[in-house]
Amino acid sequence: MSTDALPVLKPTDFASDQDVRWCPGCGDYAILAQMKKVLPSLGVPREKIVFISGIGCSSRFPYYMNTYGMHSIHGRAPAVASGLKTVRPDLQVWVITGDGDGLSIGGNHLMHAIRRNMDLNIILFNNRIYGLTKGQYSPTSLLGAKTKSSPMGAIDNPLNPLSIVVGAEGTFVARTIDTNLKHMGKVMERAAAHSGTSFIEVYQNCHVFNDGAWNYAKERDEKEDNVLELEHGKPMIFGKNRDKGIRLNGLEPEVVELGKGISEDDLLFHDERATEPSLAYLLTRMRHQDGFPEPIGVFRAVESPQYDDLINRQIEQAIGTQGPGDLEKLFHSGDTWTVS
Amino acid sequence: MSTATEKPRQQLDEATVRFCGDSGDGMQLAGTQFTNTSALAGNDVATFPDFPAEIRAPRGTKAGVSGFQIHFSSRDIYTPGDTVDALVAMNPAALITNIGDLRDGGILVCNESAFDKKGLEQAGYASNPLEDGSLEQSYKLHKVDMTKLTRLAVEGLGLSQKEADRCRNFFAMGLVFWLYDRSLDPTLRFIDAKFGKNPDVAEANRRALKAGYNYGETVEAISTQYHVGKADLTPGTYRNIMGNTALAWGLVTAAHLSKRRLFLGAYPITPASDILHELAKLKNFDVLTFQAEDEIAAVTATIGASFAGEMAVTASSGPGIALKGEALGLAVMTELPMIVINVQRGGPSTGLPTKTEQADLFQAMYGRNGECPMPVIAASSPADCFEVAQEAWRIAVEHMIPVFLLTDGYIANGSEPWRIPDVGSLPRTEVKYAEPLSNGDVFHPYERNERLARPWARPGTPTLMHRVGGLEKQDITGNVSYDPANHQHMIETRARKVELIADHIPLQEVDGPESGDLLVVSWGGPYGSCATAVHTALAAGKSVAHCHLRYLNPFPKNFEQILRSYKKVLVPELNCGQLLTILRSKFDIPLVGLNKVQGKPFQVGEILDRIHAELEG
Ligand SMILES: Cc1ncc(C[n+]2csc(CCOP(=O)(O)OP(=O)(O)O)c2C)c(N)n1
Ligand code: SF4
Repeated sequence: MSTDALPVLKPTDFASDQDVRWCPGCGDYAILAQMKKVLPSLGVPREKIVFISGIGCSSRFPYYMNTYGMHSIHGRAPAVASGLKTVRPDLQVWVITGDGDGLSIGGNHLMHAIRRNMDLNIILFNNRIYGLTKGQYSPTSLLGAKTKSSPMGAIDNPLNPLSIVVGAEGTFVARTIDTNLKHMGKVMERAAAHSGTSFIEVYQNCHVFNDGAWNYAKERDEKEDNVLELEHGKPMIFGKNRDKGIRLNGLEPEVVELGKGISEDDLLFHDERATEPSLAYLLTRMRHQDGFPEPIGVFRAVESPQYDDLINRQIEQAIGTQGPGDLEKLFHSGDTWTVS
Repeated sequence: MSTATEKPRQQLDEATVRFCGDSGDGMQLAGTQFTNTSALAGNDVATFPDFPAEIRAPRGTKAGVSGFQIHFSSRDIYTPGDTVDALVAMNPAALITNIGDLRDGGILVCNESAFDKKGLEQAGYASNPLEDGSLEQSYKLHKVDMTKLTRLAVEGLGLSQKEADRCRNFFAMGLVFWLYDRSLDPTLRFIDAKFGKNPDVAEANRRALKAGYNYGETVEAISTQYHVGKADLTPGTYRNIMGNTALAWGLVTAAHLSKRRLFLGAYPITPASDILHELAKLKNFDVLTFQAEDEIAAVTATIGASFAGEMAVTASSGPGIALKGEALGLAVMTELPMIVINVQRGGPSTGLPTKTEQADLFQAMYGRNGECPMPVIAASSPADCFEVAQEAWRIAVEHMIPVFLLTDGYIANGSEPWRIPDVGSLPRTEVKYAEPLSNGDVFHPYERNERLARPWARPGTPTLMHRVGGLEKQDITGNVSYDPANHQHMIETRARKVELIADHIPLQEVDGPESGDLLVVSWGGPYGSCATAVHTALAAGKSVAHCHLRYLNPFPKNFEQILRSYKKVLVPELNCGQLLTILRSKFDIPLVGLNKVQGKPFQVGEILDRIHAELEG
């Protein structure tokens, strides 16, 4: 890249010429809009950005971005992105996936991409339903969810996406909500700045097949009681009147009311840089249905060796010790004989 | 060998030796050492390692027998040999499973101490064949107490009995080295390199090797030494090479000469893993080996690396290729260059993982959803893998297409002398990426050249931002399109693109007369057996020719005309008739198949018998 100042880009510069074809009211629009807003601020030229997705409504995303992109196959986006990033560490790579794409058919790839900690930015659009295939329950649908494929209610125990990410040694773990644009923008910026795999779960509304799934976290009069906004180094306080907090009781979190002998100092303080992932894991376990506010923001942000970096360093090291590859030398290595 | 021997030395044109024993007995190592030594002595060689799928089947059982066959000659040879002139059997199980291949009058060396009650029972012998006189009737039997002699040889080094017994294969090697007048030097060098860090073990192996050699020289029962002279090979510098190594080196060569990084996406599977192992060693060639979580990740990462603009390869065997099927459709849709290697093994399912077969041709041709043709090429011998790898890359880049490259377990693990090419003379595939556009122009990722190849636009290039994917693309613009006419047009275009490759590959050659009574058409591993059989028949004055295909899709342009120039066409394959079926579907020509699916390569005799039968019938 030259040292010349980059041309200042606008969100519209990141829009491709393709018509966006999500259903009206779909949460995907907000995420797309926010992405277009955030990218110009990152200072990365468009041609250095690549979006890779799997299959699902959300995975149409790359078509709408005026960057390089691939709409790959169901569940495999993290693997496509891994090959790309391995050979081209200079590119900024975003992976777009859904709860079915990323956690069901692609669960294996997601787990391995995260543990390798390549510098990828993964966004999982969680709408708790299979959108593109028209409304079957997904790995994040709640027990009892009545869908086309579960008329009597889903009986598969749902997954907690972020618990899996923490379990797979995720180094950047975050959550945001499609309607909370400012928050989403901040989380995206943080994810882009993180070296290593960053993972963002977005609560995304599927207006057609699972409308309102996240209302408890979005509705004006409810959300403050149901959502805990994480801030590094700050006590975990929430509630409309900011009078509730999270305290640790043994190994279990509990909701407490401030005052009546409980002060801020008694609460859990957020530490996104904790080396041990226990706190992050504990936060991922806090579910609305169990009476907890659901955390949003950055759960964890730590540094750890990156595969893309290490593999390219091994190459440099091999060149350093053995010299650059020489075919003549390779062919004649070991025993040879001459026929004259 | 400089040691003077008083025993008579008999000159031979060629010989075939097989080492066999328990899979823990080090027979693969013995075979490899004998092969390299024979190659260094100037012979033409061809090898056939044959080992069980179990790493350690119960010791002494028939299931655990591992063998390595070497055919070495002062003439050109193409196969590891049908029958064996000398057989080394380390235990009764090895003897009973291999004796059938020893020719009448052949040399049989048996490790006497392993023929105890338990060993005999495990092999299913009612009585000891070394003692009941049965073997002496047909073979030159040498009973050698290798265990005892090896233990004696290494005495004083402080090795445990188990460690001492592990040197037995070196004793066996030493004896065979003497028998065929081979130098110990290459193996002594190998011992230094391999066991140098462990001086006692190195010394023990050296002693065992020499003890075996001296045993041959001194023991009266072994009366003759044999010598196979140098082969009349084309002048040059040679080395012995295995198929998987040659393939890995061919890939590295192609990448290096194209000035591209080489990315291999792979998940371990027999018999393809050695490609991963070989390439993992070559990091200083800017080779990135990605051991993926499964074959789906391996191939999709490969697609990602190709989209990124580098040389991308994925290698597997049948079961892994089955997993890659969906992604290969994406590779075809995105029209990105890459190589997909299938080192075929016995199927279906897990099948015969360590045995050879050619039954994945249909899989390569048709094993994807939708109309999804891919070019397919196949290697014919271990050394040929080197060339085929480069050719696959040329086709991939020049036609912007994923290319299937087929080899098989027989080629992959077999070895032969390879004349080291002059690097300057090797073909170079030039990679031309799409250039940035001048102001205002719109990039068309699916605009095509005369080969119907689309541009390769590397991420990072300004003005060429574009999106690819598995949804049907509008021609030229590459935009998603559900238009019915466009879909038909694109399907036809992708098929035509494969067909057009025929304009850019060499015409098919035939070995033998240009027309005649019988044409043998082969592909892949059976090359050597078919070539040898046809040469033999030709020498006997028969009207027969051999046509060995490297290009299976598309076929060379003159292929049909060749087929029509013979009264009969015979297609030997290690499957139930896959190429045969494809030929029948394309050409209205009478064809007959010769099919074998036993996990073993063709013997020359099997092909020759059939040639005679067809010519008579
Ligand atoms: C191999 C394969 N199996 C199944 C499908 C069908 N399929 C397409 S998208 C999808 C689920 C998508 O759900 P999700 O990932 O939650 O994305 P959303 O559509 O909700 O954004 C399925 C099952 C497919 N395209 N490919
Ligand atoms: S089906 Fe649901 S997720 Fe898909 S586009 Fe429509 S609203 Fe969005």
